[in-house]
Amino acid sequence: MATVSEHPEKAAAYIADRSRSRWHDGALWFVRSKRDRMAHSLPEWEQLRSTASQIKAHTIANLPEILQQFEANAKARGVHVHWAADAQEHNEIVLEIVRKQNATRVVKSKSMLTEECHLNPHLEAGGIEVIDTDLGERIVQMRGERPSHIVLPAIHIKKEEVGETFAKYLGTEPGASDPQYLTEAARQHLRSKFLEAEVGITGVNFAIAETGGFVVCTNEGNADLGASLPRVHIACMGIEKLIPRLVDLSVFVRLLARSATGQPITTYTSHFHGPRPGCELHIVLVDNGRSRIRDSDEFRSALGCIRCGACMNTCPVFRRSGGHSYDAVVPGPIGSVLSPAADTKQHRSLPYACSLCGSCTDVCPVKIPLHHQLLTWRQQIAAQGLLPVSKTAAMRAGSMLFQHPRIYALAGALGRRALRWLPKSWVYNRANPWGLDRDLPEPPAESFRSWWQTNRQGTSVDEGMKSKEAKNGK
Amino acid sequence: MRVGLFVPCYIDQMYPDVAVATLELLEGAGLKVEFPAAQTCCGQPMANTGCNDAARPLAARFLDLFDPFDYIVCPSGSCTSMVRNHFSDLVGNDPRLKSIQSRTFELCEFLHDVHPIDFSGNRFPFRVGLHQSCHGLRELRLGGDSEQMIERPDKVRSLLAQVQGLSFVELQRVDECCGFGGTFAVNERAVSVAMGEDRVQDHLDAGAEVMVASDMSCLMHLWGLISRQGSPLAVMHVAQVLAGRSPTVSVKNSIKPKTGNAV
Ligand code: SF4
Repeated sequence: MATVSEHPEKAAAYIADRSRSRWHDGALWFVRSKRDRMAHSLPEWEQLRSTASQIKAHTIANLPEILQQFEANAKARGVHVHWAADAQEHNEIVLEIVRKQNATRVVKSKSMLTEECHLNPHLEAGGIEVIDTDLGERIVQMRGERPSHIVLPAIHIKKEEVGETFAKYLGTEPGASDPQYLTEAARQHLRSKFLEAEVGITGVNFAIAETGGFVVCTNEGNADLGASLPRVHIACMGIEKLIPRLVDLSVFVRLLARSATGQPITTYTSHFHGPRPGCELHIVLVDNGRSRIRDSDEFRSALGCIRCGACMNTCPVFRRSGGHSYDAVVPGPIGSVLSPAADTKQHRSLPYACSLCGSCTDVCPVKIPLHHQLLTWRQQIAAQGLLPVSKTAAMRAGSMLFQHPRIYALAGALGRRALRWLPKSWVYNRANPWGLDRDLPEPPAESFRSWWQTNRQGTSVDEGMKSKEAKNGK
Repeated sequence: MRVGLFVPCYIDQMYPDVAVATLELLEGAGLKVEFPAAQTCCGQPMANTGCNDAARPLAARFLDLFDPFDYIVCPSGSCTSMVRNHFSDLVGNDPRLKSIQSRTFELCEFLHDVHPIDFSGNRFPFRVGLHQSCHGLRELRLGGDSEQMIERPDKVRSLLAQVQGLSFVELQRVDECCGFGGTFAVNERAVSVAMGEDRVQDHLDAGAEVMVASDMSCLMHLWGLISRQGSPLAVMHVAQVLAGRSPTVSVKNSIKPKTGNAV
């Protein structure tokens, strides 16, 4: 049974290093600012978002037909199409294809789906060497970590730390932190891996039903090398990556890079339409819980996510608490929607790792109402009895109090009096998490309702004690 | 015309002057204002925690108490949004709901859209940092936010901009969340405090003397940090500024009720 991991503790541990947390916040805010400039440069930005959201809604509504159309067209182009119901099946299919080649060396470009399915450990257990070729992912892989962000997988690591890692694994000079020097070292290292590899695995950004082709977007060109040098190319995709027509692609490629990194377009936007002569091209279509999300009225639109990461860059919680605090393959706002769908109990704290500021909803290029979905998750988590009793009890007690205005007024008066007279140590201690870092407001002598009675109704009340105010309601 | 004054529970108990200032503004505009004293809380803390069963009776009480009014005005974007955007989750089948939602306004929205008041005779010779509350901005659309490329009138700012002597300082992050978020402030204390400290710092760096917001809940959290740090920054609710209150730089006393300053 899955263990429950709680976001607040992990976040607090990350934030305890305030300078690192600030640095992380600043790095992501920089990306968000670039995104803002890029979005501003397109007068039709909001129209693009609406169009993208409509295309995705249409695709999700008609997913079975669109998938079949894609399969037929891909097969007609000589592509092997595989279907996987879950992560396990996906991993087995991929391992099987690799084994058939008698291959032992695989290069893999960025794919959140393979991350979600934990493909690497599965292949490694089968005796296969898998090398992540995205620079950030390679760094994370060497360090035995997980990506902390879906677009910027190593955003949590400082360049000095990259230098240490490379010194250890690639033999670069100890203490080196010059990005150009380190990148060059990584390039040399990866080049040999590309040349040795027998199978290349990539993700898929968009698959086009009309043509049976698909598109992979990267900034490093690593997917192109991985797909072109080895004889066999396996592309792994979630079934929600479909779009109906080639013209729809123009909407998404304009939104994707701008939202993700503030670039007008990704450096490489590569189209694949069938295998090269004498080579093989496989596509693995994976469900792994997506149909279930599609069946839910509340969360269906989350399948429209194009994994741009903009919601993470803008999220004030993500920026300060770091991606690993979410303990999920996809972190941040969209991850906090998707992860509880996979395992509600394990990820029950994620929908609460949110101040409901709504920035994610407004930044999302496909208009997923992320913060509303997080609120809906809270309702479902409470309804499923997954909230700590302390919380539900407090909410119930509050509700009872607020249903009785007279008791509420009395409790308020007593509370304010207590705040004024109690010794500080009684007010500021562990039992009051608010007061550990924040002062409580100075309690006023009387409440507004008491003031109203004295000044507008002429009846002075002995605050709280002999309150008649409940009777003055409607 | 009857205006029902909707005073959020924490304003009633901890910041009565914000409600008094709101009342002065509305009465100064010649409106007949009533405070249904049986009101308590709209249920937002419960609803935001997901405990709809606990929130439902409070939403139902709200409808009972406020249905008789032509307008319902509230000095909080967050509580207004609760009524307008989230009550349907709780009492969606109540036939009164739609009409009540259309009659419920956040104070600045009311003063901007429904019953404009001229504040150009007011003076407030201070450098103001405007803290845009998230719910005001992104739930009620009291202004345009930095994520969307949509021009919207900035209702809070435009009211304050009428006041003589008031100047705005420009923040680095114009609409970053303060980190209050209701129970979030306690549940995710570390993140909440980090967000709040950054928010305060942005205002200090910009040279603000007074931080003004349309949501006292954000200010309760931010003032808590300001007071703990001993920073030279006062906080005021927009209603207090518009009603002619002065900032008290000794922040601990900035929210003492002062009455009789009708505009
Ligand atoms: S939810 Fe929206 S903003 Fe977040 S990664 Fe997906 S498409 Fe981008």
